[in-house]
Amino acid sequence: MTTSSTRPAFDSKAGAESSPLSANTYEQTLGCVHCGLCLPACPTYKTTGSEADSPRGRIYLVRALAEGRVQDSGIVRHHLDRCLDCRACETACPSGVHYGAILESTRAALEAKQPAAGLRVRVAKLLLRHVVAHQARLRFSFALLRLAESLGLRRLARAIGLLPKAVDDIAPRVPGASARAPLPTGWHKPRGQSRGKVGLFTGCVMEPIFGHMNRATLRLLLANDFEVFVPSAQKCCGALLVHAGLPEDAQRLARANTTAFAECEVVVNNSAGCGCAMREYGELLGDEAGRTFAEKCRDISEFLADRGLSATPARCEVKVAYDDPCHLCHGQKVRQQPRDLLAKVPGLKFTQHARPEDCCGSAGIYNLLQPDLAADIGRRKAESLCAANPDLVATGNPGCMMQIAAHLKAAGSKARVVHPVELLLPEDRP
Amino acid sequence: MKSVVDELEALLGPNRTIHSRDALLAWECDGFTIHREPPLAVVFPESTTEVQAVLRILSKNGVPFVPRGAGTCLSGGPTPVGPSVVVELARMNRVLDVDAVDRSALVQPGVVNLDLTTHVKHLSLHYAPDPSSQSVCTIGGNVAENSGGPHCFKYGMTVDHLIGATVVLPDGQLAQLGTESGPRPPQGLDLLGVFCGSEGTFGICTEIRVRLSTDQPAVRTLLASFADMTSACRAVSDIVGRGLVPAALEILDQATIRAVEASVYKAGYPEDAAAVLLVEFDGEEETLDEEAGQTRQVFAHHDALRIEEATDPRERLRLWKGRKGAFGAMGRLSTDLYVLDGVVPRTKLVEALEGIYAIGKKHFVVLTNVFHAGDGNLHPNISYDGRNTEETARVVQAGHEILELCVKLGGSVSGEHGIGTEKINHMPLMYRPQDLDVMARVRRAFDKEGLCNPGKVLPNRSACAESQKWPAMIARVLGEDAAR
Repeated sequence: MTTSSTRPAFDSKAGAESSPLSANTYEQTLGCVHCGLCLPACPTYKTTGSEADSPRGRIYLVRALAEGRVQDSGIVRHHLDRCLDCRACETACPSGVHYGAILESTRAALEAKQPAAGLRVRVAKLLLRHVVAHQARLRFSFALLRLAESLGLRRLARAIGLLPKAVDDIAPRVPGASARAPLPTGWHKPRGQSRGKVGLFTGCVMEPIFGHMNRATLRLLLANDFEVFVPSAQKCCGALLVHAGLPEDAQRLARANTTAFAECEVVVNNSAGCGCAMREYGELLGDEAGRTFAEKCRDISEFLADRGLSATPARCEVKVAYDDPCHLCHGQKVRQQPRDLLAKVPGLKFTQHARPEDCCGSAGIYNLLQPDLAADIGRRKAESLCAANPDLVATGNPGCMMQIAAHLKAAGSKARVVHPVELLLPEDRP
Repeated sequence: MKSVVDELEALLGPNRTIHSRDALLAWECDGFTIHREPPLAVVFPESTTEVQAVLRILSKNGVPFVPRGAGTCLSGGPTPVGPSVVVELARMNRVLDVDAVDRSALVQPGVVNLDLTTHVKHLSLHYAPDPSSQSVCTIGGNVAENSGGPHCFKYGMTVDHLIGATVVLPDGQLAQLGTESGPRPPQGLDLLGVFCGSEGTFGICTEIRVRLSTDQPAVRTLLASFADMTSACRAVSDIVGRGLVPAALEILDQATIRAVEASVYKAGYPEDAAAVLLVEFDGEEETLDEEAGQTRQVFAHHDALRIEEATDPRERLRLWKGRKGAFGAMGRLSTDLYVLDGVVPRTKLVEALEGIYAIGKKHFVVLTNVFHAGDGNLHPNISYDGRNTEETARVVQAGHEILELCVKLGGSVSGEHGIGTEKINHMPLMYRPQDLDVMARVRRAFDKEGLCNPGKVLPNRSACAESQKWPAMIARVLGEDAAR
């Protein structure tokens, strides 16, 4: 085939901004042939019906930005910021476009060019960079929050508008000091013969809010005869920083994690969002250490389904609806494993609900930054779950657990939300 | 012009009125990316009353408008020609009523085709027209384009499944076309038939009553691979010649097979075959055995390399997966894709394909073929880089010659994708000026001021004469380049 010089059909127009995007990001946008098969997979498109809030539309806007056809990159940013980064479009895309990579690199480029304005965004970024990313400060903050809550300041904060309603509705109360205590670091030995050694990633906000889930995960691994290493030097995975367009801060955390888990061959995590981000350390760090670490990461359900359970889960007569966290099904392609494991729980019955792979609207700090869209999406998720009438909803991501629990409650459902690991624990041995 | 946008915003609010220049870029094309033009604004009405109010504002100000659904059209139907406002109907996506006994549904135009089928699945009913984009495209868009799909060989196009529609005319007036319900089309002037396929140039339908079909008791899908395209096409003629009526008859050529197999729609098609033929029958189990048996004989007679037969839904879905995802999978070949849509008599398939491959070769374009072989509806796909104007011009020229060939062989320039802007200059290949004039008169009866999706379907007179020599689209592509 003959070729001639390739150049943009649309040259820069007067007043257009020059492109802040890398050639690689631009190349990735060209994979989209505008077929539109991603549209029905997109939670924001389904809410607004707007092409600019669809994956195809966003890719098109990023491409226009790269081609120097955009006058105000703030408009592009506005539509990118409304994206949940759920990756459902990647599952739907027949051309294999890496939407998540396009989104994150464009957010980073725009953030570097002009940091996002708005009080909420700035506060969120400050917290992410200076609190969430530092475990000691995070623990201290939660101790303060607990104190404030016990003094009734939470209600006051909400009343005077300091605490956004969207956050108050979703965030659980801070647990007591013993429940917030971090997992003991170092090596943990199983009672029986060891079937292998694994590292356990404990996450940032998981510890103070969902400490019981981390303890359950540790117990589950030990009960199934794995030797578990909890490194004290591990950090937050950095996912929220990447999503906020702050890849450099995320890189520092990623490097610390690759070192902390250097001696492990497998790194198990119980949070789909963290797992997905860590599996992308190769792209984030762009080096061998990142790629090696990424290949070691396994979601707890994936790891246990692969290795098999050696301890029978305790009997549990419940009707469970399993809901796929986006970053597990779309981000890590883990769909069947959690279901297979739950099927091994004696007495447990599944109830099917429509569209388990649809996003719930949690998406990190999305419900803080885009409360209206998040609420619409959460409501739809609750509706589909309520129709299935479960006793329990099982999902393996802390953000999704909070969001779904809040919306189930609002919809008048009595169903509790649990992490699959909580159902897989064997009977307590005396 | 600012005042019109202000009026629209006052009516619908800022969340349902988009007019930022940069955001509007997202609406500058549909699945046909050669023609790009952003609108003045996009509005999102949510009811018939709001659509009426929007159209009244626009007609009062003399501003043209373009109705739009999911933007999966392949002929530029929802792309503006000249300054116009896009009326986006995606938010009008409710199924208003299902009548399980009379087997019909009343839907808003933004309901996604497949969502309707999902909605009535528990009643063992479905909506029969199934374009390849059925998981995305809207019923409103289907009505505008009179969409088909693989199964229309047996079950007919959109128009065959319409009972009635509430239409907002370009001046805001309401019209009821067809009936509210009923098993047969109404007597009197068949305005619903006229409206269906008018490509959004007669008005906006806001409520549509469609016929639902009963699910067949069983389905059988066969896939045969062939060492050459000619054998595959002859097998199709033989199947139909024997009096068999498959629900679908689809062919994919080798380049398509390879693109599909490299995508998430990987279906396990043999990559060494020159063509695969997908045949589907539906009906009673016993009849299916007989039909599948006869089809196997035809396959054997034409030296099929491999035959697969799916009886369970999962296998069947796998065999279809590649066909349904063929369009998007082409994204792997180049940055842009031009999906053509021509029709030839079934007996001329071999001749047409040979001619099409020759045209592709002559213009040095990457050309693949996937088509509804049962009704001779060809979809040559040309992969190209739209940033390269010289290559784009060759692609457009090849497309023009392919459509000329279809007409020469006794076929037509469009089977189901519509004329839009893409084939507007090809209309004179099929119709005499006086015939086009009759169409224009009908159009004026619906849209006196010419505000409803102008620049689509019917060429103006000067373009008719021009297009005989050189497609205006090439002139436009090159002209745009020269102007910069």
